Amino acid sequence: MAYSDKVLDHYENPRNVGVLDKDDPNVGTGMVGAPACGDVMRLQIKVSEDGVVEDAKFKTYGCGSAIASSSLVTEMVKGKTLDEVAAIKNSEIVEELALPPVKIHCSVLAEDAIAAAIADIKAKREEQSTVKASA
Amino acid sequence: MSTLNIPIYLDYSATTPVDERVAKSMAECLTLQGNFGNPASRSHPFGWRAEEAVEEARRNVAELIGAVPKEIIWTSGATESDNLAIKGAALFNQKKGKHIITMKTEHKAVLDTCRQLERDGFEVSYMDPMENGLLDIEAFKKEIREDTTVVSIMHVNNEIGVIQDIAAIGAITREKGIIFHVDAAQSPGKVAIDVDEMNVDLMSLCAHKVYGPKGIGALYVRRKPRVRLEAQIHGGGHERGMRSGTLATHQIVGMGEAFRIAREEMTAETARMRVLRDRLWNGVKDMEEIYLNGDLEQRIPGNLNISFNFVEGESLIMSLKDIAVSSGSACTSSSLEPSYVLRAIGRNDELAHSSIRFTMGRFSTEEEVDFTIEKVREAVEKLRELSPLWDMFKDGVDLDSVEWAHH
Repeated sequence: MAYSDKVLDHYENPRNVGVLDKDDPNVGTGMVGAPACGDVMRLQIKVSEDGVVEDAKFKTYGCGSAIASSSLVTEMVKGKTLDEVAAIKNSEIVEELALPPVKIHCSVLAEDAIAAAIADIKAKREEQSTVKASA
Repeated sequence: MSTLNIPIYLDYSATTPVDERVAKSMAECLTLQGNFGNPASRSHPFGWRAEEAVEEARRNVAELIGAVPKEIIWTSGATESDNLAIKGAALFNQKKGKHIITMKTEHKAVLDTCRQLERDGFEVSYMDPMENGLLDIEAFKKEIREDTTVVSIMHVNNEIGVIQDIAAIGAITREKGIIFHVDAAQSPGKVAIDVDEMNVDLMSLCAHKVYGPKGIGALYVRRKPRVRLEAQIHGGGHERGMRSGTLATHQIVGMGEAFRIAREEMTAETARMRVLRDRLWNGVKDMEEIYLNGDLEQRIPGNLNISFNFVEGESLIMSLKDIAVSSGSACTSSSLEPSYVLRAIGRNDELAHSSIRFTMGRFSTEEEVDFTIEKVREAVEKLRELSPLWDMFKDGVDLDSVEWAHH
């Protein structure tokens, strides 16, 4: 199967590979997928006090399209507010990377990773506010 | 000084290039100046010459497997041979019984043929291999029933290269009067074959894994004791009525020449393959978390099937873009399932998803192997840097204890 140039570019030069401190109160971590299914994505976002994504990192176990999808997502989320990030749809990833039908699940997984990272940071923030409120 | 031709072909178990000598012999059977006649034409020398060439090829194929030429039936390839052998023997003997035994690690040409027979009212036992990929002979004996008529076990596995003990199985089936079919698509020229010593009744062969052309194969059909088949393709009664259709002289001549060369060069070639195979394995085996799939000794030289844990096979293949190998993992084939062969030998899904098959052949060189070692090490290191599973492994997390969100 031939890969699109964009998939190859992200695969060969993945952007924002790495790890953020998952215990940092400003970091949201989303890990989705399963080794048995052949792909696992970990997306981490660092969010400012006013809800803007300042940094993003990923690591992915999976096929080239999965790696490219997560690399692309780290670029897409930076500088956006959490609401804007939450509005990112997998179809945008499919379009940008020209993913064939058999690889659409990779983009779905990337969307799930975004949702999981947002849920994590929101849970952390809620916990903090309860801590602050009760203090 | 030889130079490296990129991409490097290390997928000889998928198919082989046609040997120059084979191509030449085939080209001589096509044009007006060549041997183009219909081997079935009895009324003129064009037909006689073609028939002579076909019979010489038949002798060459027979000789490599210790058969007599009359026992060789030309087909379009191993898939057709498997179909003809299993369906033909099962249907012919259905009054005696309707039970077939095979293995889970067989090629799809055998498994899907058995599935079709199940739809037609046959019962099939699919034996699990042992962890090394080999058939458990004791378990096999217990599986045999009064109504078992056909046993089909492959000689060399296409994915992991392990060699089944055909002689041991043949001794049992002969004693019980069961027809024994062997899919030997992968073995000619790599392992010695003697259908008499091994007590094989039916054997599927093909040319394109032995430096012959695609589209031609053969079925060995034993004459003493005689094995009878119900034909699957009907027509002009060619090949003793077992497989009708005009014989493709150039294809047959190509297969004959390929098998002749295989017989002559097998000893030297297998020794050379073994050196290359060991060189490749020695070049990577010290890497962390890699697993050899299938027995290292009971295996054809030239095959290495390795799982690189925490790295997904398809992306590894993508990284190895200068090397043509195949993966048992998801996505490369049309199915999204990991290799059923690796699952059958007990590899978990992760390891099955992480496997690469390297198969070397006649035109492989030490330089190619050295280049491959370097590229594999680089690619695995790069992908592990990208892999969250590798991080977790390094942090001592037991991946089996993690609750994964299956999707």
